[in-house]
Amino acid sequence: MAQAIGSTKGAVVDRRRHLSQRAKEEIAGYLFISPWIVGFLIFTAGAMIFSLGLVFFKTDLLTGFNFYGLRNITKMLSDPLYHKSLQVTSYYAFAVVPLSLAIGLIIALGLNQGLPAQSLWRTLYYLPSVTSGIAVAMLWMWIFHPDAGLLNQALLMAGIEGPRWLYSENWAVPAFIIMGAWGAGGNMLLYLAGLQGIPTHLYEAARIDGASSLRTFWAITIPMLSPTIFFNLIMGIIGSFQIFTQALVMTSGGPNNATLTIMLYLYRKGFEQFQFGYASAIAWSLFVIVLLLTLLVFRSSAVWVYYEGEVRK
Amino acid sequence: MSARAAARRPGLNRYRFLRIFWRVVLLLVVAIGSVIFILPFVWMVSTSFKATDEVLRFPPIWIPASLRFENYIEPWARLPFSTYYKNTITVVALNLVGTLLSSSLVAFGFARLRFRGRNILFLILLSTMMLPSQVTLVPTYYLFAKLGWVNSLRPLIIPVFFGSAFNIFLLRQFAMTVPLELDDAAKIDGCGYLATYWRIVMPLMRPALGVIAIFQFTNDWNDFFSALIYLNSPKNFTIALGLRTLQSTILYVPMQQVMAMTLITMIPVLAVFLIAQRKFIQGIVITGVKG
Repeated sequence: MAQAIGSTKGAVVDRRRHLSQRAKEEIAGYLFISPWIVGFLIFTAGAMIFSLGLVFFKTDLLTGFNFYGLRNITKMLSDPLYHKSLQVTSYYAFAVVPLSLAIGLIIALGLNQGLPAQSLWRTLYYLPSVTSGIAVAMLWMWIFHPDAGLLNQALLMAGIEGPRWLYSENWAVPAFIIMGAWGAGGNMLLYLAGLQGIPTHLYEAARIDGASSLRTFWAITIPMLSPTIFFNLIMGIIGSFQIFTQALVMTSGGPNNATLTIMLYLYRKGFEQFQFGYASAIAWSLFVIVLLLTLLVFRSSAVWVYYEGEVRK
Repeated sequence: MSARAAARRPGLNRYRFLRIFWRVVLLLVVAIGSVIFILPFVWMVSTSFKATDEVLRFPPIWIPASLRFENYIEPWARLPFSTYYKNTITVVALNLVGTLLSSSLVAFGFARLRFRGRNILFLILLSTMMLPSQVTLVPTYYLFAKLGWVNSLRPLIIPVFFGSAFNIFLLRQFAMTVPLELDDAAKIDGCGYLATYWRIVMPLMRPALGVIAIFQFTNDWNDFFSALIYLNSPKNFTIALGLRTLQSTILYVPMQQVMAMTLITMIPVLAVFLIAQRKFIQGIVITGVKG
């Protein structure tokens, strides 16, 4: 009671103190977010400006910066290895993205039927997606081994002589695609969450209307799941264009550059040959390609992605 | 009505039988599919215990005649795997502290304190989530090279202490749901902002912090690219980079030992996933991030 009276008195008498309270909060706010501001200025804004600048210079760690104009870009556009890397990466991306979208969806649909031990199956399908990078690459090198690997031994038991996978110009990228499809469990998890969000009354209504299960699938499941498909598609494009570890570790870009991906080429130019200007040009080109593809998908989404509660124009 | 139902009964039975039949078929397909997904792991474990002559045999053997633990002990003793493990644990532990601390501090600032330009700064933070990491790769390397930090663990650790936009966003959303009255109550009790952050908001953010910790752990453990560009000498290698040295033809490491070390590399991540599975899956569904 006495305290309450004291504080109201204080507020009337000491307006300056009240203002400084506000200022204190302001200062505290900036202090709290200061780690991010510093990080943003150095590692995001600063780095991006520097990276854009580097495109117009020829430099490595030892010599200074020599102005190079647009030559990094013109050189890149006429570089047959750069073209090859674009081709390899798009081949991989355009195969693996739809494939893992489809596989993820099929598994999710299967698991969504209320089977016994559902969470066990989910765990098993998701497990490959938990591990990634180098360990997975080492494991699959052994599986793709032309003579003693699991895959060719299985094929041989079925009476088929398997290809030489990582040692073959034609089969190295398909090998990566198989590995990519193996990681479809991430897509599956998101589909499962999406499927569980579809209101059951929609299915009941369809059944009353006498719709076949195929019709129900195309008219209810797919449209209701389209935001998830859209999300998986975007993330898939972004991820697959950055394929690197497999190409470096399993094939080192070979045979005969059949697996020279954009990121691997960037790595060689930037971190093996220290051509920072040229590597930055490649990095920006990769960014522009992924950005354009993403925008394309975004533009197309108006036609095929259905959002509940969306305000139609 | 009841007469009609009775007339239908035989049909109903057939319908039920078909339903059960299809469910069994579906269960079988799901089970076989999951076995195919798991088979590479089983093959790895099986190979890692084999004797040399068993590795190359056709048709493949799944259960070796005896479990050869030497396949694990020998490369571990011959190569500096304990150093690789120690380095990886250092990076992972410091990065956990770094990301949890910095991201929650910044999130607290954005969620609970009023200051000029807050909304614009938060919009900038959101937009950085879409920026490509490959573009900043070369400049970041250049910076660390000029600082003389290449071939040390610092480039793998220091950047984490500035918070990641994604984690900040996640925590800020979470902190927004904590009632502001709690802050006022804390203030009346004489808590400053730092004490409010640490004693009130931090404990309430625990579920979200758990999700972030799991992802940070798996990402750091699996991280190959940063280790590859920044670390040169084996004494600084993380496990991801150390595993790659097994490929070298000079060392000549037989396949069963390679698989043993690969398994040892995977185990911590698999263990965290299996133990914290519910949290892990919940996190993926909330954030849309795939392992």
